Amino acid sequence: MKTLNDLPLNTKGYIQKLNCTGNIRRRLLDLGFVEGSPITPILISPSKDPRAFSIRGTLIAIRKEDANLINITFHP
Amino acid sequence: MGLTNSSTGSRLLINNLSFSKDSCDYQIALAGNPNVGKSTIFNNLTGMHQHTGNWPGKTVENSSGNCIYQDTNFLFVDIPGTYSIMSNSEEEEIARDYICFGNPDCTVIVVDSTCLERNLNLVFQIMEITDNIVVCVNLLDEAKKKKIHINLDKLSEELGVPVVGTTARKKKTLTHLMDTINQVCIGKIKPTPKKIIYNKVIENGLSKIQNKLESEFSLSSDLCRWIALKLLDGEENILQSIENNLAIDLLHNEAIQEVKKMVHSEFLQNHITEHNFKDSIVTDIMHHSESICQKVCTFEDENYSTRDRKIDQILTSKKFGIPIMLLFLGIIFWLTIVGANYPSQALFSLFAWFQEKLFGLADLLHCPHWLSSMLISGVYQTLTWIVSVMLPPMAIFFPLFTILEDLGYLPRIAFNMDGFFKKCCCTGKQMITMCMGFGCNAAGCVGCRIIDSPRERLIAILTNNFVPCNRKIPLSNCHCYHFYSWYSPWFFCFYCFYFCCYFGNRIRNHLYFNYFQTSI
Repeated sequence: MKTLNDLPLNTKGYIQKLNCTGNIRRRLLDLGFVEGSPITPILISPSKDPRAFSIRGTLIAIRKEDANLINITFHP
Repeated sequence: MGLTNSSTGSRLLINNLSFSKDSCDYQIALAGNPNVGKSTIFNNLTGMHQHTGNWPGKTVENSSGNCIYQDTNFLFVDIPGTYSIMSNSEEEEIARDYICFGNPDCTVIVVDSTCLERNLNLVFQIMEITDNIVVCVNLLDEAKKKKIHINLDKLSEELGVPVVGTTARKKKTLTHLMDTINQVCIGKIKPTPKKIIYNKVIENGLSKIQNKLESEFSLSSDLCRWIALKLLDGEENILQSIENNLAIDLLHNEAIQEVKKMVHSEFLQNHITEHNFKDSIVTDIMHHSESICQKVCTFEDENYSTRDRKIDQILTSKKFGIPIMLLFLGIIFWLTIVGANYPSQALFSLFAWFQEKLFGLADLLHCPHWLSSMLISGVYQTLTWIVSVMLPPMAIFFPLFTILEDLGYLPRIAFNMDGFFKKCCCTGKQMITMCMGFGCNAAGCVGCRIIDSPRERLIAILTNNFVPCNRKIPLSNCHCYHFYSWYSPWFFCFYCFYFCCYFGNRIRNHLYFNYFQTSI
């Protein structure tokens, strides 16, 4: 199973499933992290940890441990 | 943003719903996603000076102000920015409670024209609660820059509610908004929101509970549908709030619970569990928003964001990210410390000159020496010293900091620093509050409310006091000079970094704060 962390910079992926729970899950859903949404990592922080993803026209930074709980596919 | 008696403590929560109707003709709620310019619109309409900032989460409590348009008195309520009203973070609860139970005559939903898709999510959620909606498509100037064109008439047609385009910074564009709000309030325009229709199974279940609710309580059918949705969602917090505000008994009403159980079992047959119920609702809303956006938005330049992206890449790159940050902060500090010397000197000599005159006056009045020295050398001199030392650095630091804020550089700082702060179990947003702390610790502490997780917020507030603010710098310099003169610069650096970045956070974290939860 591929997660968001496996997606290289500037490559488009599609969200398959959110495995997180609680507040983070709710927040991600509100931001448009639903099944089939295209997502692209755009920026990487100097310390390599949070990466910023472009989703539905906005940039959102997600830490590694949270990104690990988001499954993606490379094709819609 | 000041800490006044009425803006703190439990009073804050009491006041949220109780804006008195007597003082105005109509009550208007200003809702919307974070950082779309609600506070700017609010300020321009009401002539107030609510602090605005270029990062999400600036406004955490409701604030209100009046606006008189065509001899009608409108009371505007600025609601904290939220991405949805389904979740239950503190500010979302405040927003939801006001929209649901505050009975505003009209709700203005401010949306960001550059990412309409995400913003429509909130529009559809609010449509489920109230009909009187005006959608205000803000930041049209930004959209123009990015070559995004939005067909407002078409959007209005798709949503079934009036849509107004604005550029909040230009006051002129707000007249049309006021005109539309006025017409909705007096009933000239009757918005007929086109609500989301979910998939068949969910709709069936919803209508069953809705019918039951309508027969049990005397509530409008729209409200019943919304309550039914919340009942199926099973968020205790929201249900409790509905019970309290509408004075009905939901959770212990057996007839309703029975219907709910039946619907749940029907859902189960169609593979909708309590866990993925919300997912399927949100997915439906998102897909609907997506299709509307495709109809109304035209992107003339698909690569509109490449220039911004390039700048971002440099600002957050491994090589230049942190040096650029240090450079910016260095320039600000240098300008503050060097630049403040001149006005300080001027103020100082002005106050000294006036002090001479005061002594002259005291002699003229034959004032006893003990009294004149107490009042003039004591009270007057101390006060003026503080003013002449403190005022100029403040007056220089904060405007400069505001420039960084308006450029949108602060979230980039947070992004750059997050990895390092994570090692101390904190969040990168703390960097923003620490930078503010260099100006004034009080402002820094108040700014900590932009941090979501309670644990990280508490750490940020407590450790903010270790940041040497304008007031402490002269004192710590003085200490360095007297006690550690030959290695004073080293001591100063040591003081800053040791305390604020590492020691305070780490030890406190491990000793006291393990029981709080972290979130993004």
